[in-house]
Amino acid sequence: MSDYISHDHEHDGIDRRGFLHCMAWAGTGLLWTISGGVLASRTLAQIAKAGEPLPATDLSFLQISDSHIGFSKEANKDVTATFKIALDRINAMPTPPSFLIHTGDISQLSKPEEFDTFDEVLKSCRTKDVFYVPGEHDVLNDGGKLYRERYLKSVEGKGSGWYSFNKNGVHFIALVNVLDLQAGGLGQLGDEQLEWLEADVKDLGSSTPIVVFAHIPLWAVYPQWGWGTSDSERALGYLKRFGSVTVLNGHIHQVLQKVEGNVTFHTAMSTAFPQPAPGTAPSPGPMKVPAEKLRSMLGLTNVQYLQGKSSLAVVDSNLS
Amino acid sequence: MAALLSGIVFFNLSLFALGGEMKNADSTKPNRIEIKDFAFNPQTLTVKSGEKVTWINRDEEPHTIVSVEKQFKKSTALDTDQEFTITVGAPGTYSYFCSVHPKMTGTIVVEK
Repeated sequence: MSDYISHDHEHDGIDRRGFLHCMAWAGTGLLWTISGGVLASRTLAQIAKAGEPLPATDLSFLQISDSHIGFSKEANKDVTATFKIALDRINAMPTPPSFLIHTGDISQLSKPEEFDTFDEVLKSCRTKDVFYVPGEHDVLNDGGKLYRERYLKSVEGKGSGWYSFNKNGVHFIALVNVLDLQAGGLGQLGDEQLEWLEADVKDLGSSTPIVVFAHIPLWAVYPQWGWGTSDSERALGYLKRFGSVTVLNGHIHQVLQKVEGNVTFHTAMSTAFPQPAPGTAPSPGPMKVPAEKLRSMLGLTNVQYLQGKSSLAVVDSNLS
Repeated sequence: MAALLSGIVFFNLSLFALGGEMKNADSTKPNRIEIKDFAFNPQTLTVKSGEKVTWINRDEEPHTIVSVEKQFKKSTALDTDQEFTITVGAPGTYSYFCSVHPKMTGTIVVEK
């Protein structure tokens, strides 16, 4: 496939073909490093394979997503095992990340025993600090009450569970866009959360690097499948003045990215099963692939970006 | 006389059977909405007031049934092959959606 951009409708340097091309299946987690406000990401598999220490950075953290503990269908009959592999990869890193963020869908059906399994397996992770945002699978029947009790206690989440924190000069914002969804709509932040966000960043200097994380993408990945957030534009409006904004999401079980001005959007892979590329299947349900192929999809995605560059550098390769 | 009686009985039975068949025809195709590929099928269902409506989830993804105007109790999340049944009340148009995937919407039209 050529990298030539044939249709650049949105003048963002990405046509549909290129958009799909830069998508990558990868299985375990992404390591984000921040050095001087510039984020770069590398896959765990690549780090483990290379066996090299991380470059000197001010801060490194790791994003894992969509564990779906409790899922046991064809697409992956043992999601606990693949989650364990992800943690093994983290533990094998020469320089452990400062903390993890989990961008939602810990569980398949919000069941206490699914959360129990996740917590039990997570104990094996050397990195103990984890920051969470819920996915829709985590808040199915109780408006997120149980999830909140279990995963948001230490962060004193506001409203339905949003919060922010600072690490090494970087301001992290954890948003909730999976609750009180409206008929016909997409993910939603809601007025209360948006007002909080506006106030939260008001006094920050524009040079403060911002990292926003939420489950459903905060950009219109593919609204036909509900892959977007209806009021994300307003949220991004409050972040416009910042020189470096990185938005990390899950939900779609594949790596996609886009850069708009100073904002980089990135979605993470799942540790459970892949989902189809936008529009390539009748629905966004779990994608079944042969067992041997599933592992080959636990691949490599090396992502780097430099401030001032208009697009991400993405190198995809699988493990086979 | 016996022959006449049995004839009457037979006649009655056949009527009953006919009625039963029609009912069976209804209950093999009851007011059923299948959830498949993140869609309600049929998307619009017309039923009579007091009838039951059953949703069944054929996806590997959990779905819910939630009335937009809170006209009926909402379901819990339905896993694969799980069902949810309501008895519809007053005539009118009932819009509903899946609160997990709100793009999924459907309508029940309840007639007298």
